[in-house]
Amino acid sequence: MNFELMWESVPALLGGVPLTLQLALLSVALGFVLALFILAARLSRFAWLAALAKAYVFVFRGTPLLVQIFFIYYGLSQFDDVRASILWPLLRDPFWCSTLALALNTAAYASEIMRGGLLAVPPGAIEAAKALGLSRLKVLWTVTMPIAARQAIPAYGNELILMVKATSLASTVTLLEVTGIAKQIISRSYAVFEIFILAGAIYLLLNLAATMLVALAERRMTLPAR
Amino acid sequence: MNLSLLSFGPEGWGGVLLTGAVMTLAVSVSAFLLGIVLGTAAALAKLSRHRFLRGVGITYTTVVRGIPELLVIYLFFFGTSSLIMAIVKAVFGYAGYIEVDAFAVAVLALGLISGAYSTEVIRGGIASVSKGQMEAAAALGLRRWMIWLRILLPQAMRYALPGLANVWQLTLKDTALISVTGLAEIMRTAFVAAGATREPFLFYAAAALLYLLLTWGSSRFFGKAETVANRGFAARAK
Repeated sequence: MNFELMWESVPALLGGVPLTLQLALLSVALGFVLALFILAARLSRFAWLAALAKAYVFVFRGTPLLVQIFFIYYGLSQFDDVRASILWPLLRDPFWCSTLALALNTAAYASEIMRGGLLAVPPGAIEAAKALGLSRLKVLWTVTMPIAARQAIPAYGNELILMVKATSLASTVTLLEVTGIAKQIISRSYAVFEIFILAGAIYLLLNLAATMLVALAERRMTLPAR
Repeated sequence: MNLSLLSFGPEGWGGVLLTGAVMTLAVSVSAFLLGIVLGTAAALAKLSRHRFLRGVGITYTTVVRGIPELLVIYLFFFGTSSLIMAIVKAVFGYAGYIEVDAFAVAVLALGLISGAYSTEVIRGGIASVSKGQMEAAAALGLRRWMIWLRILLPQAMRYALPGLANVWQLTLKDTALISVTGLAEIMRTAFVAAGATREPFLFYAAAALLYLLLTWGSSRFFGKAETVANRGFAARAK
């Protein structure tokens, strides 16, 4: 063990944390919004819209994230039309390509988690709310959504941890977040174990923080037992 | 876009991609099986009476599931050869470079990851086997390891099957990350083909399609397996 190298590498590795967090937070936020639309489509009365949402989820859950990142970063830039379009400044940038791929990916999983939460709402609660004369919007906002959200939170917490880990794939398209920096130091110094321990500890701490935030949200959304 | 690039034969990449798909399957199956062995051991450790074994099980699943898969793969890719070289140097005095087989690295790394996820599934399966069965087996005078082997584990595996199907899908998709080591599975062959032909769109689309076929086919396979595993049990009233 080369403790001196370990100590010297700490600031470099911590320097990757902001980028890791940016990738994770931005893609989770975008993915959440997108998931709402996918969910709405999936539950739509129009069969073709529901089928479209189903196909989206099938494709993005059935292929590896790495394929999705490479497809967007390398695949789309092949076409002159893409290069000429107004989106090119975004699609040429590895950060935005990674964020886009991560967001599209997590949206597929999140929409299914939300759907699971909705299905777990007892029909009796909704019927009771309707019987009380609440409007459709009011039922959705005060009865269905809070119960569904409470049911979905543990699974969504798992998805958050998966997303923090998934940001490491951005290193394959040249981004220097924590994994990218770790790989750089390893190939320069061959200190595999030292750097792995440090980078691993950073991810474990990030995920611990995420777990604690989710647990807090879970507690706040649970009604006190009577 | 030139679809003839996907054809089989000397001009096309179809054969290379299919060979990559076979390699992906081989890595996935080996890693998944290794994961079941590791997962069963870790599940037993977590349920053990000994605090030390429980600690080992908890550390394994927490650490491996909290660290990016790519980082674990780098650890094994760069780490195993330097570890073996250090041992060989200490024991035999040979200081040359030793390369470890990329397939072995892939199976070890992915098996370790797969095992961490299998642990929780198998543990849940074991917990689902009713206590009365164990007591009945003990009353019949079966030894402890016989109870585990003949009563507990076979039934636990049936309960664990749906969860293990999920772990299989994770493992299958994680094999794409092995492409960073240069092992010629789907992703790596697509990368090489995309570079050689300058048609990345076509080849990554083809790779995505191959993965979709594999995940779709295996979810059907596991559906069948569940039917077979549950054939002796009446369907629950809905």
